[in-house]
Amino acid sequence: MLNLRVICTLFNKLQNYMNVELIRSMFPALSRKVYGKDLVYFDNAATSQRVSTVIEEWNRLSTESNANIHRAVHRLADEATQAYEDARNAVKDFLNAEDRKEIIFTAGTTSAINLVAFSFGEAFVKEGDEVIVTEAEHHSNIVPWQLMCERKGAVLRVLPVDDYGHLKIEELDEILNERTRIVAVTHISNVLGIINPVKEIIEKCHSRNVPVLVDGAQGAVHCKVDVQDLDCDFYAFSGHKLYAATGTGVLYGKKKWLEMMPPYMGGGEMVGNVSFKKTTYAPLPMKFEAGTQNLASIPTLKQALDFVKLLRDKELEEYNNQIRDYLIEKLTSDQRIKVYGVPRGTNDEKIPLVSFAVNGVHHEDLALILDKMGIAVRSGQMCAEPLMDRFGVTGMLRVSIAPYNTMEEAEYFVKCLDRAIGMLM
Amino acid sequence: MTLLEAENSVIEEFSMYDEWLDKYEYLIELGKSLKDYPESAKTDDKLIKGCQSRVWLDYRIEDGKIYFNADSDAIITKGIISLLIGIYSGRTSQEIMSSDFSVVEKIGLKENLSPTRANGLVSMIEKIREIADRNA
Repeated sequence: MLNLRVICTLFNKLQNYMNVELIRSMFPALSRKVYGKDLVYFDNAATSQRVSTVIEEWNRLSTESNANIHRAVHRLADEATQAYEDARNAVKDFLNAEDRKEIIFTAGTTSAINLVAFSFGEAFVKEGDEVIVTEAEHHSNIVPWQLMCERKGAVLRVLPVDDYGHLKIEELDEILNERTRIVAVTHISNVLGIINPVKEIIEKCHSRNVPVLVDGAQGAVHCKVDVQDLDCDFYAFSGHKLYAATGTGVLYGKKKWLEMMPPYMGGGEMVGNVSFKKTTYAPLPMKFEAGTQNLASIPTLKQALDFVKLLRDKELEEYNNQIRDYLIEKLTSDQRIKVYGVPRGTNDEKIPLVSFAVNGVHHEDLALILDKMGIAVRSGQMCAEPLMDRFGVTGMLRVSIAPYNTMEEAEYFVKCLDRAIGMLM
Repeated sequence: MTLLEAENSVIEEFSMYDEWLDKYEYLIELGKSLKDYPESAKTDDKLIKGCQSRVWLDYRIEDGKIYFNADSDAIITKGIISLLIGIYSGRTSQEIMSSDFSVVEKIGLKENLSPTRANGLVSMIEKIREIADRNA
């Protein structure tokens, strides 16, 4: 496996030349075969493959520096703590957060949103208050709020999407009112792939003094996120969708909110002083990091984010966009196929992710046949049942592309999809 | 044909196909051949949980034998259930209960389905067993 420095050097030397092949060489999983066929991995929006630098770091920490962080004074613990806190700095820079105390590590986006729903709810939501989510949300940005609303006697309001899969943000003004306590919106729906105008939404909400949580599970992968520029109050994302290990979630929260919110879980190093009469809590960020953290995986966020910086290359982005445009064109022009999440203007409104259904053919049948052709796609409700109901389908098929995917793979997919539909019709 | 013979014949038939796509073609044909299942019988009590696709399984008893009928919104799943019905329909509950249902493993279906789908398959078998047990 090549290390990151070597790759950087190669990159500079070979710019505009064979970049995708170089990237592929950094992902051991991509060279495997399934059912004797070359793997075509198009399920990146669920979990992306791990870059070799991430795997190396995970291995290094597991073999050399496996010790509990923030506690002991011995060498191994120092190394583990250093790696963990380096990752916090890397995330702070990646999101352009003002302060590293605003970066909380969690198990994933779901955990991060649950944390906010619970702790924010405890501090600020009362009976009869309202919380707004959108129709395009993943279950992870619906159910935590429902749980909180049930606990608090609050009401969940829903901002709808139009037939193209765009949020009807003009209706936000009607839904927002003096009882609204928080708005939770996805940066990019995991089904529709449309980049939502979150900055505009945040401005609207802030003008009514309502804070906003952005579910960035897809957004952090495909957009350059600047939390200060966005001015979002919370931003959550997962490392496993951007080439890091699993169990690497991030919650960014503005200090003013995090300081006012009570802890989510108790125990471990989240305390100041503990006594049976009164326990005080550790300052941010540790106040929200109870128990032993995922100490071999969280540090891999640093390697993953370094790698993401490498991907911000004009040529590479153009190549990726070509694949996206090719897939959108092929799938939308096929009369048998209905695509959900259609750009109204240019394709730049959409990430390289296309969800669709085929008339008279079950998504599961297609996914099964494609699997045997070596192609990994997602099928089903994609953790977005309300959105499936909105479009009147029981499920969809989704292809989601990463920068290591090639045009040849996209062409092979289109050919295989046609053959699979032929088998099933 | 005894139940054991029916199981063996399915295993033999399946072993003729080396390629997975051929096996799927076979299951798709089987799925298409499953006779009409009335819309009115697509009720929640006949719905089998655990599938990404939906499966409805109904039955009637005639002369002490259990006759199954089923439907699914996915054709490969329908093929699998059709295959099971071919073996277990028209049998007494004792015959059905005597089977170890290893046929699905022997034709390699279970191991080549994702756990989500394998669960659905297990649920189908459990439902057939449950019906046989209830009518013993």
